[in-house]
Amino acid sequence: MGEIGRSARRLEDPPLLRGAGRYAADFSFPGMLCMRVVRSPVAFGRLLGVRTEAARADPGCLALWTAADVADIPPINFRLTPVPGLEPYRQRILAEGHVRYAGEPVAVVFAADPYAAEDIADRVVPEIEPSTPYLDPREPGPEAAIVRKDYGDLAAAFANAHAVVSLELAVGRHSGVPLETRGAVALLEEGSGILRLHGAAKVPHYNREALARMLGLSLDRIHLHEGHVGGGFGVRGELYPEDVLVSLAALRLERPVKWIEDRFEHLMATNHSRGQFHRVRAAVDERGIILGLDDEFWLDQGAYVRTHGVTVADLTAAMLPGPYRVPAYRSVGHVRLTNKTPCGTYRAPGRFEGSFVRERLVDAIAARLGLDPLAVRRANFIPRAAMPFRREFSTLGTELVYDSGDYAGLLDKCLARIGWEKLKAEAARRRERGELVGLGLGFFVEKSGLGPYDDVRIALQSDGVVEVVTGAASVGQGVETALAQICADRLGVGLDHIRVVHGQTDRIARGMGAFASRVTVMTGSAVALAAETLHGRILAEAGRLLQTPPERLSLEADRVAMRDLPEGPSLALAALAHAAAGEIAAEATFTTDRMTFPYGLHLAQVRIDRDTCAVAVERFFVGYDVGRAVNPMLVEGQIAGGLAQGVGAALFEEFAYDESGQPMSVTFADYLLPTMAEIPAIEVAILEEAPSPLNPLGVKGAGEAGINAVGAAIAAAIDDAIGRPGAVRQLPITPQRLHARLGEPRD
Amino acid sequence: MTEKLEVVLRVNGETRSIRVEPRRTLADALREDCGLTGTHLGCEHGVCGACTILCDGHPVRSCLMFAVQAEGAELRTVEGLAEGDKLHPIQQAFWDNHGLQCGFCTPGFLMLATAILERDPEIGEAELRIALSSNLCRCTGYQNIIKSVMAAAVMMRENPHPNPPPPAGEG
Repeated sequence: MGEIGRSARRLEDPPLLRGAGRYAADFSFPGMLCMRVVRSPVAFGRLLGVRTEAARADPGCLALWTAADVADIPPINFRLTPVPGLEPYRQRILAEGHVRYAGEPVAVVFAADPYAAEDIADRVVPEIEPSTPYLDPREPGPEAAIVRKDYGDLAAAFANAHAVVSLELAVGRHSGVPLETRGAVALLEEGSGILRLHGAAKVPHYNREALARMLGLSLDRIHLHEGHVGGGFGVRGELYPEDVLVSLAALRLERPVKWIEDRFEHLMATNHSRGQFHRVRAAVDERGIILGLDDEFWLDQGAYVRTHGVTVADLTAAMLPGPYRVPAYRSVGHVRLTNKTPCGTYRAPGRFEGSFVRERLVDAIAARLGLDPLAVRRANFIPRAAMPFRREFSTLGTELVYDSGDYAGLLDKCLARIGWEKLKAEAARRRERGELVGLGLGFFVEKSGLGPYDDVRIALQSDGVVEVVTGAASVGQGVETALAQICADRLGVGLDHIRVVHGQTDRIARGMGAFASRVTVMTGSAVALAAETLHGRILAEAGRLLQTPPERLSLEADRVAMRDLPEGPSLALAALAHAAAGEIAAEATFTTDRMTFPYGLHLAQVRIDRDTCAVAVERFFVGYDVGRAVNPMLVEGQIAGGLAQGVGAALFEEFAYDESGQPMSVTFADYLLPTMAEIPAIEVAILEEAPSPLNPLGVKGAGEAGINAVGAAIAAAIDDAIGRPGAVRQLPITPQRLHARLGEPRD
Repeated sequence: MTEKLEVVLRVNGETRSIRVEPRRTLADALREDCGLTGTHLGCEHGVCGACTILCDGHPVRSCLMFAVQAEGAELRTVEGLAEGDKLHPIQQAFWDNHGLQCGFCTPGFLMLATAILERDPEIGEAELRIALSSNLCRCTGYQNIIKSVMAAAVMMRENPHPNPPPPAGEG
């Protein structure tokens, strides 16, 4: 007992530290072929044909496919948030008729090793008649969908306003960019005829069903296997054309087939994200209280609508009001197609963008009315007494009801903890001495624990190990440790006697996977329920064998002992498993139709170099109420990692395109991930003041807290440093953009 | 281009004789021809550092070297850090301090840190941050990587040769 809340070392780490991890590229099988994708070199055009003679003439070319060879395979469907009318914008696994972004798969070649496959792919020539690409989602162009959320009397709010504050804001195109590129290795198992796909991640069960449908296989003929995954962040593990091509090739060619993406491909083929333009206005009274909020935005979707459907637009509109009451609201999002890499979700989808917009707006309201930005926030906060708080619309198929929270309380605690007044005074002193130093903050509400269900089966194994089989997935965030801690807490066995299985479709019939910060909430709750049942069954069986009433027994690390006689007779779990009348196991399902809503504060201190306009983040603080932290060390780790990604998004990372639609950010020399030199020591305060009433553990998710309001906080800090409220209107804030802003006359 | 050459590599104190094309990168030779998949490839253009190994004690990007260039050098990879069950202090410190999440960049950081601390166990935090900024991590925000390496430095100052590098020379 007492395992929940302990900063336990991770169970995952020893093999990873020894170089014994098994990532996608580490799987190889005898007779394996390597696949190489031929990609469109232009952004938009008619695909007249693909010249393949030279490639086919190479004796190393074992197979070569173009669209005609895969015409029987349907386009990739939506996993989340489909809306009527989206179907025509799904991506086929190889381009047919037109190419719509530079990097779109046009053909695939198969050879015995990746060097040969790349040589052969170079000889495949797509013949394309280029057209003028659509690049700016604000320009009239193809619109895949409009997402709309509204409630209240907006017209009355604006009619009665003391003032109306309007802003135009932009968030650049960037994405998760995990250190491991994508990869997939498929093989057709001889004898059983089962197709096994290694390199799965995030949503193996969903992808198994999707692949079975696309390939015309019965479900029992395909299994997906998640090995180690080198980071997910929303982009990894979704079903992409390459996963389907590899699986199809293993079936057709009857040899194992491997595809490992290179970084150049990754930066133009794996989902991009963000890329939004907002026009927002608020009707406010004299105290800065928001009477109505009206937002319209344009989302640069890229060339196709992939598995996420309109998830990002939906979440942007749903979560934009954040912690504020906002009695009347409207958000209209235009999902516009452009000739760029398709977009999907990236850590805190819609919230990174929405928090930037909302917190910029609140700062602008304060500046306009001459009020303290913190006072405006306090005046607008949803009070603790109003919890649970409902907004009159749904998102991701659930009603939007904030389950618990004390926003003003968190703000007060955090400001006291960091010494806000002192920090402000010190920054002001440094500015007087000529430094460009500033402070900024962003308040945010997150969402986590998306349902609808999770199953868990826990069984005592013959070696005394307790095996927890889940339908969850791990993308490196510490799932095994967190779930083992919950199991150990409820069961009383030691962490080293627990093994957690995830991401294996042949071990459990269904599973939702790992996204939307759901695993600790959903799978964790199912583990708690199953472990409680198993606890009773273990004691009952041990009681039978020891001829002792179960209530006189307890589980101690690796054995069942007498409660009141610790030195007395005991039964090791391995011996119990051996002697039991049958397998000792328990199953549980946790279901919910609601999400949990954690919340927090980001605070940044920046310094700007006058000569170069480079922005250095000197200090960053995060306060976050996670309901209950299963492992505080892992929660802090999640926050720190997200925060560094947020700094990248705010200052460095952007997928740029030239006027012909050529991607300009296709190496790590162009797409700049933050290094240790750009990330300061981070301060994190984890609060547990508002446990969720929606699950037995009281937990909320931690995965997206670190990144949510980084753009908002850094933008405000830059405004403060240069003494120009509202100066930052676009992310990332590159030196070029900041230099241009500084050269403009003051508003 | 596709004619294969015999190359003799010294890796973690062992001699490995492989036949590879002249263009084969050292990283691919280690992973595919020596079976040492602990060395990871994150970018193959020398920026991310996931493929960092030690070549005659120096941290190098194994994606930027050809296997044929490594002949005669003493190579060390992540697989050579631990001694049996006993983790190297740097590995131990990464475990104790949650210095990894997905673990993909970890072998590169472990080898980079090994080179840094073997060269200068007294290195200060500011200098260490600059040295470690040559590798990329996408999960940790670097907080616990610097903490881990600082902790390892303390352990290694107390015990300078925990798991000694393999002897150079004939094998």
